[in-house]
Order: sequence, then structure tokens, then C-alpha cells
Amino acid sequence: MASSKIVGAVLVAGGGVAGMQAALDLANAGYYVYLVEKSLAIGGRMSQLDKTFPTNDCSMCIISPKLVEVGRHINIELLTLTDILSVTGSEGDFTVAVRKNPRFIDMSKCIACGECTKKCPRKVGNEYNELLDNRKAIYVQYAQAVPLKYGIDPKECLKLTKGKCGSCQKVCPADAVNYDDKPQDVTFKVGSVILAPGFAPFKPSDFETYRYSDAKDVITALEFERYLGATGPTMGQVVRPSDGHHPTKMAFLQCVGSRDVNRADNGYCSSVCCMYAIKEALIAKEHAGGKLDVTIFFMDVRTFGKDFERYYEKAKAAGIKFVRSRVHTVKPEPKAGVKISYVTDGGAVGEEFFDLAVLSHGLVITPETKALSESLGVKCDGYNFAQTTTFAPVALSRPGFYACGVYTGPKDIPTSVMEASAAAAAASSKLAPARSTLTKVINFPAPVDVTGEPPRVGIFVCRCGINIASVIDVEKVVEFAKTLPFVEYAAVTMFACSQDSQEKLVSLIKEHRLNRIVVSACSPRTHEPLFQETLAAAGLNKYLYEMANIRNHDSWVHANNPAEATRKAMDMTEMAVAKAALLVPLKENVIDVDPTALVIGGGVAGLNVALTLSDQGFKSVVVEKADKLGGNANRIKTTAKGEDVGKYLEALKAKIEADPNVSVALGAEVGQVEGYVGNFVTTLTTGETVKHGVTVIATGAKEHKPEDYLYGRHPNVVTQLELDELLKAGDRKVEAAKTFVFVQCVGSREPGRLYCSKVCCTHTVHAAVELKKSKPDARIFVLYRDIRTYGQKEDLYKEARGLGVIFIRYDLDSKPQFAAAGDGLSVKVHDPVSGRHLLINPDLAVLAAAIVSCRETELGMKFKVPLDEDGWFFEAHQKLRPVDFATDGMFLAGIAHYPKPMDEVVAQAQAAAARAVTVLTQPRMTVGGIVAEINQSKCSGCGVCVAVCPFSAISLDDKGKSVVNEAMCKGCGNCASSCRSDAPSLRGFTNAGLFAQIASAL
Amino acid sequence: MSDFEPKIVAFFCNWCTYGAADLAGVSRLEYPPNFRVVRLPCTGRLNPKFIMEAFKRGADGVWVSGCHPGDCHYIAGNYHARRKFILLHQLLESIGVEPDRLRFSWISSAEANKFQAIARDVVEHVKACGPNLAFRKEELKLGLAEVA
Repeated sequence: MASSKIVGAVLVAGGGVAGMQAALDLANAGYYVYLVEKSLAIGGRMSQLDKTFPTNDCSMCIISPKLVEVGRHINIELLTLTDILSVTGSEGDFTVAVRKNPRFIDMSKCIACGECTKKCPRKVGNEYNELLDNRKAIYVQYAQAVPLKYGIDPKECLKLTKGKCGSCQKVCPADAVNYDDKPQDVTFKVGSVILAPGFAPFKPSDFETYRYSDAKDVITALEFERYLGATGPTMGQVVRPSDGHHPTKMAFLQCVGSRDVNRADNGYCSSVCCMYAIKEALIAKEHAGGKLDVTIFFMDVRTFGKDFERYYEKAKAAGIKFVRSRVHTVKPEPKAGVKISYVTDGGAVGEEFFDLAVLSHGLVITPETKALSESLGVKCDGYNFAQTTTFAPVALSRPGFYACGVYTGPKDIPTSVMEASAAAAAASSKLAPARSTLTKVINFPAPVDVTGEPPRVGIFVCRCGINIASVIDVEKVVEFAKTLPFVEYAAVTMFACSQDSQEKLVSLIKEHRLNRIVVSACSPRTHEPLFQETLAAAGLNKYLYEMANIRNHDSWVHANNPAEATRKAMDMTEMAVAKAALLVPLKENVIDVDPTALVIGGGVAGLNVALTLSDQGFKSVVVEKADKLGGNANRIKTTAKGEDVGKYLEALKAKIEADPNVSVALGAEVGQVEGYVGNFVTTLTTGETVKHGVTVIATGAKEHKPEDYLYGRHPNVVTQLELDELLKAGDRKVEAAKTFVFVQCVGSREPGRLYCSKVCCTHTVHAAVELKKSKPDARIFVLYRDIRTYGQKEDLYKEARGLGVIFIRYDLDSKPQFAAAGDGLSVKVHDPVSGRHLLINPDLAVLAAAIVSCRETELGMKFKVPLDEDGWFFEAHQKLRPVDFATDGMFLAGIAHYPKPMDEVVAQAQAAAARAVTVLTQPRMTVGGIVAEINQSKCSGCGVCVAVCPFSAISLDDKGKSVVNEAMCKGCGNCASSCRSDAPSLRGFTNAGLFAQIASAL
Repeated sequence: MSDFEPKIVAFFCNWCTYGAADLAGVSRLEYPPNFRVVRLPCTGRLNPKFIMEAFKRGADGVWVSGCHPGDCHYIAGNYHARRKFILLHQLLESIGVEPDRLRFSWISSAEANKFQAIARDVVEHVKACGPNLAFRKEELKLGLAEVA
């Protein structure tokens, strides 16, 4: 492949959260992106969610900044209403043909005022609200949509279908309506393709059992999600559809359209339904103020992700009832509600009335996506999910094609986001020579010099839909704001963060010559960068900005006290104005970035990080404390898909050895760490010094040493990894064994270790299947609490049962009893189905020991990154930044983050590398801004600031006065609060500004 | 005294307690609306003068909250804050300010429930102290007039 033919652009198909993340990572790494979306707007399924588990973050709040970032990214070309016709050529040089379907609205003219929608006479079911209410034939997909431009539904518009009406054209003040808009076929060149077409929720219409089609009070979980949403059909009111009453008793029915080959042909587990049902149940209870009973009917509770098990426990503590049963009959009651009949696993028959039944429907691949896979030549599995392998988890069967999100299997948002970054890395792995050849550079206008000008403050008070405005009298806040000193402009805005508001902000800054901006909205922790960029786009120094958090700190927590909440919002706005008026423009400087990564940990994660970075031309140093590479994978025999881990590891090690970009330090650990993003200097315990621009922590975890079940006291009791080692070695004990007992959750999901180790169920079931295949006469018992073979791994569970593996469930309070019986073992377990105790005499007992963290507190301290209470490294955001740390230049991969199977480890490693590339690819980066400065005329050279600075950023110069290294200063302000003579000052948080805030607070 | 609603100035560090307050919002955990929050990058930025200023301007209480020991985003800012804080607390006590008017706490960004509990507790304690008269300017003037 000659480098001249490599195209430095990538096609990303699908504008959901996965497609958006892939597009952003590629665009920020120097590749031009065509983001193709078939609907009117990006955002995908996540935009429909009210909250996200397990943090209950508001979905729109966290996705909104990403929508805006994609929408305004100079290197992402957004093609909405677009279908892919064909992709020809080969990796590095593809030609893509697409059809842009008509929107009938000139996007450059539409100002999204909504006049057209008001006048449109044609009502149509609103897909965004799952058809629970209506939209018009001319519409925006949802209020915060990007691009925020209207479109006409050609199947419904009276003008387009019958030649009548034409009202929208008449009322449009911008002359944006064009009924003659035609489809346009265009072609463009890309080097690779990422498919992220997502899923559709399973439609339970054909299920007579659940009466979805005819019983009004049987709804789907996504419908219920829309009821919970503030922008939903009932503005967040939970109602019973038949009569609009608030339900007092509701049920969730799990596995509808999942784990079901009898009626749905979907043998797989949809992976997310247990968690979203718990989430919806918790939030519904919250909405109902405690006057709601919720029962969840389930087969296995699959809360296998980070912090999921605690979420499950929280639900139980909140009084949510969990009943282990597949419901067999749902009967609508004459007036309202339904009667649900079920049988528990102990054989008890139950019948109960519920106001509302919610079907936790699974995720399915649509016929359109299936057709797309076929037309593009992408191989899929029996469920139409695109096929991948464990060791190349985001690569599709057609070379040059990659994937992320639910397209390759059911998964949650963080896993999709992780895969998206991984796909960005994989899709650009062959394109490195063409990096930055097609990208454009953003040229912010040179900031207007406002030094010396009197402050002209502009204030925007956000309604946040109803999040703020339903509690706080925003008009009153605006009127009050207008009376504050230096305020030139104050107004209410619906969603301050939406793209149209941002654009309006730019024009208002110019129109009113505003030189300080205050936004009274949500948290600066999430939204400050977005607004700061808008300031820059308007030619204003981005530090002339202050935020009042009247949502998180006010309307959301004082909902029962609107008067005080409004008063507080006024005070908060006044405080922000007081500080803003004293802000001065801050300068940022440029520093060089060392294009090298330090990768800590030489397991599968660390090695994949290094190789992925090498593909992009960046060097890494891999630090491994053991004397060989490979980590835990050295002990694993095969993956759940049957791939040989040993062979893979040998190939991986050989690649590392041959790669000139990767050097390895064995038997080494991190000693001293200095520096910061772009310029770390780390000394290893071997004495070697490494200069690096980024750091990736991939330190892994270890297998728990069980205390129970005679482990370590009986030779026939081993752990899972020990079984793998015995199998690899062809051990005679295993060869001779005829009866096996596997015990699940050994040390997991218990007080003190309240998490699921995620991999053990699949590992056990896979081992059981392999054993059963090699010796069909073997008797295999699996003692479990919930089987958690999520996603397509469910097929293995089904296979195991088909092969005769016996699964016996136990509860935490009736664990299996192990005793030595002569040379052998006896295991006593209570079987809930027969209600009797069973006695098994296994030749070998295998314990699914928990994965426990290495609790690398010291390493965390050295790099200033946190750990959670279980000792896992704590990412910047559980949902949307799963491989980043909050500290710049720090990334995370593998099971140091949380237990996960090898395909997810590899994906996370590639993702961490992709994120690292977004730093390494910039030859220089900006520093400064909010850092300390010293007024040397006040400095007596006492050295207190030098002593208290945690980052060694201050030193005494040759005149004995303090100076600050801006690149090392992190802006904590310790120096400013410790000096006796106020010589140091923290820019952006000056004494004057803070005193002004205090004064206006009172 | 039951109608008395104290005004309390709160100094939160950006990374932990401010985050906890954000999360309390996301989780809709209600607490009394008596606080006005000054966001600091770190409690280490807290100059004792800020607390004095708040009292001088009529605050009935001050609440300072940062990261747990060992959790500081800036390594040790919260330790520096604690040292200053202990000294200031003793000083205030010696000049007749009720210790309950001033509170220092550690709340991580994940501890929304703890945030809610402490917020309620701070208000309760400051309420029990009654309005802060010791620092009010008019009270001060009155005192001087009497002396003169």
C-alpha cells in the first residue's frame, strides 16, 4: 500500500453515542470524519433515556456536550438523513457512495424557531416518545437535537403527499422550506469504515403471553423511560396509560425477547435490561415519593458491571421486590391494570394484580442493519450481530471495516463508548501516514483586547427545559440580574447548552459588545468548557466566564421550596456577576509534548496499548513488575469463543519484541514521578528514567485466594485459573476425574466485596462445556447464585444445559457445605427446585474465585489518580469517559479498572491508546490559564509558597524571589492562601474576586 | 428562634465536595436552602481571611468542605486547609464565636448522601447558635459607642 494512496479520512456510520465517540476520537487525532446518520439528528438511543445507570446521571445532561462537540467539530462532516449505497475499494482507499435524502428544509436558512411546527396541521406519532404522543409532519427529532434544524416527514406531509396545505412555507420567516428538495447521491474517499448502526428495542407485539398489543397497561421499558423523562409525554409523571392514574403497584417482566428461542429466536441475553429495570424502578419510586411498590420478575439478575451489584443492593434496600420467575400469563383486568400469574423456582404459584406491567425488552438488530451488513459484505452471527474475535474485538470480517456499540452484540453505554475509542484506534491503525492530511485547523478569531474596558456583563439564565424553570422563577432572576452593576444584557434560554443557544450567545456577545459572560444553569464541572469554547468562538478570552449552578445546587434540591430556591438563584447569579466583573483575560502558553507513552503493566491490556500506539507511530515503554510479560493471561487456556490464549500471547510477545517503537522494562516498578501531561519524567526502580507525554495504567488485578470450601486444605479443591493451568498441563487429576463441582461467586457479591467479578460464569460454563465434550460421561454440577452469561455468551449456557451440565442455585445464606470424605470430598447443597439437600462427591471442585484489585494506592498517589472503595482505578466518568482519568494525560485499561473478559480488555486497551493519541498527536499543547502568579514586589523570599506547593512548581529565583513554572502549576492556590504578604495570586480565583463573591452572598 | 433562617457561606473544593453537591442534585436529595457556595479549586485555596470576611459581612455560619485525606486532587491541599482551619477555629472561639458556627468536613464527589446529611446538620447547629451578632457592624459600632 503506497502511502500516497492512503486516505486520511474515515466513514463512521451511525450517530449514536458510539458513533459520536469514534468520530470525535478520530477527528481529534488528525483524521477527517464523515459521520453518516440516517435520521434527522444524532444522539441515537441514548438521547431517549431519562437517566443512566448506575450513577443515575441525567442522560441528556451528559450527552448534550458531546452532541454539541460533534456538531461544531471542524473535522466532522455530519451527513443526516443519509443512507450508505456502497463502499468499494480496499483498506486505505475506499470510495463511499451515499444518498442524502431530502429534508425539504434549507439547513443554512432554518433558525429553528418552530413557527412551521405550530402551523402544521398534520399530527404524526412521535418516535422520540415511542409514539406515546404526537409530533407534526414538520418537526425536530427532540428539543436538544444536533443539528437543530427542522425536517419534513415526506410520508406524512400533506403538501408532499396530496399537493395540499403548504402552511409551513407560508409562515417560515427564514424562507427555509423547499418542497422541491431532491435526493442527492454523493461519493467521497475514506481510508477505513466504522459501522455503528446500533439497535432497535425488541417489539413484543407478537407475544400473546404479555398482551402488549391489546392491554393498555402493558408497556415497554423504553415507553416507561419516556414517561419518566422530563421531556416525555407526561413531563415526567408516571401514569397508568388506561386511565392516567398514578400506579401504586407495578411490575417489570425481564427477558422479553431475550434468552428466548421459543418465541423470539433471540437466544442471547441483552445485557442491559436488568440494570435498566432496576434504574427505572428506583426512579419511579422516587417520582412516586415512596407510594409505589415495584416487583421485578426475573430469571437471573445480571448486574455484572462496575458498581452494578451495589445498585442492585440499593434497589433491594429501597424495597423493590425481586421474584425469580418467568411470568406465564398476563391478563388485563376489566377496568385497568393487569393480573400476573407466575410460578417461582420453588414451585409456588402466585397471582397478583398490578396497575402497570413494564416489559424489559431486549436489543435487536433491525432488518435495515441486516441488509446493510449483507450489502457491505460484513459477516454476522445467527442473531445478525456482526462477528468479531476476542483478540480483535472491533475488527469486522471485511478488511478495513470496524465496529462499535450494539452492532457486535448487546452492551451498555460505557462498553459502547470504550469500543468506539477502540474502533477509532483500529480504523486509523493503517492510516497513520495520512494523518493530518485532510483535516482543517480551527482558527478562533484573535481575542478582542478588553483590558481597560469597563465590564459589560451578559447573563443567560437557563430553564433547562423544566429542570430549572419548574422550580425557579427564571424571569424573576433575569429581572433581578438586569439591576446588577455592569450588566448589559440578561435573558432566559431554554437549553443554554444546545447548539442554537450557543450560536445565539456568539451573536449576542458581538451585538452587545459583552466582555464578561455569566451563565446561570448547571455545573461548571460539566459545562464550563463548552461555554468557554463559545466565548473563544465569539472572540472573547475564554476565562471571562463564570457560572452559577442553579440546577444541581438549587432547583434539583429545593424543589419543595420554590420561593427560597428563586432567592438562592438570584444570590448565586449576583455572586457570579460580582466575580465576573473582576475577571481579567488570562493567557495560555504552549509547551512541547513528549510523543512517548509510559504503559504500566505488561499484561494483555498493556501490550495492546503499546502495539496500538506503535501503529500510530508513537513510542512506548512498558513497565512490568514480574519477570515476564503476559500477566494473568499466562494462566488462561482458551477464551469463551475457544481461541487459544497461549498461542495468542506468544504472537503478542513476539510482536512486542520485534516492534522498534516498544521497549520493555521487566522486573521494574514506578519509582519517582515528576511532571505533567506532555512532560512526565518517571524514574523506574531499575534506575531507568523515562520521559513521556502520557501514562496508561494497566496494572491488572489478581485472583482471590478463597478462605472457604477447604481451599488450600484439600488437594481436590482448585480455583478457576488453577483448573486452566491443570488443563494446559494435561494433569492426570483432571484426566481421571469423573465428577466435577463448580462453585460460583467465591468471594464475589459478598459483604466487603460487593461486586460481581463478571468473567467467572462464562469461564465456568465454557470449562464445563469443554469438559463435557471431551468426556461425555462426566458429571458436572455448577452451584451458582445467578448465571451471568451476558450477551451472546448465553449460547454457551444453553449449550452446557443441553450437554447435561446440572445447574443448582444457592443463596448467600445457604452456601454449599464442603467436607473431606476419606481421600475425597463431599459437597452438600440445598436445591431450591426440589427443596431437598443434595450430596455430591466430586473428584474435583473448582472455585470461581473473585478477581480482586491490587489496590495500587501508592501508584495512584504518584500520578494523582483515584481508586474506588474496592481498589479499582476510578475513571473520569463512568458512562462517557471510561478509559480517561480526570487528570490530564492519564489513561486506564484492563482489569485494573474492573474485572472483564479478554475481548473487553483488548477493546479497552485500544481505546486507551486512541485517547492517548489525541494528546500525543499534538506536537505542542497549551498550558497556563488558571495558574498562580507572584507579585514579586510583595515577595520577601520567605519560601512558604515553595514549601506548600504540592507540584514543586514554585522556586526562588536568583534574586531570592518566588517564580511559578506555569506548566507544572495545577492551580490549587495553596500558595495564594499561605503567603503572609499576599504575593502569590491564583488567576481566576483572586482574593478580590472571592471577596466580592462572599460579599454578594450575604 | 424557630423562624430564624441562618445564612451560611460554604466553601467547597471543585473536585470533591462541589462534585458531591452536584451529585446530590442529580439524585434530587433535598437539603435546606441556606447555603451560598463559593467554589474553590481546592480547600488549600481557602485563606482564613475569607472566613473572617464572611462572618464580618453577617454570615451566621461558615462551612468548609473538601476531599477526604489522601483524596486531594492537588495531593495535600486539604491538609494545609485543615491546619489553618484548626488555628482559626481556636482563634474564633477565644474571641467568643460559638464553635458550631464553623464546620469543616471531608466529602468525596460520590458521597451525595453524606453531603445531604452534613448540610442538614450544619444548618441545625448554626440555627441553634442563633443570629451572628458578634461580628455585625452595627453591633460593633454600638460597642465602640459604649466604650467611648
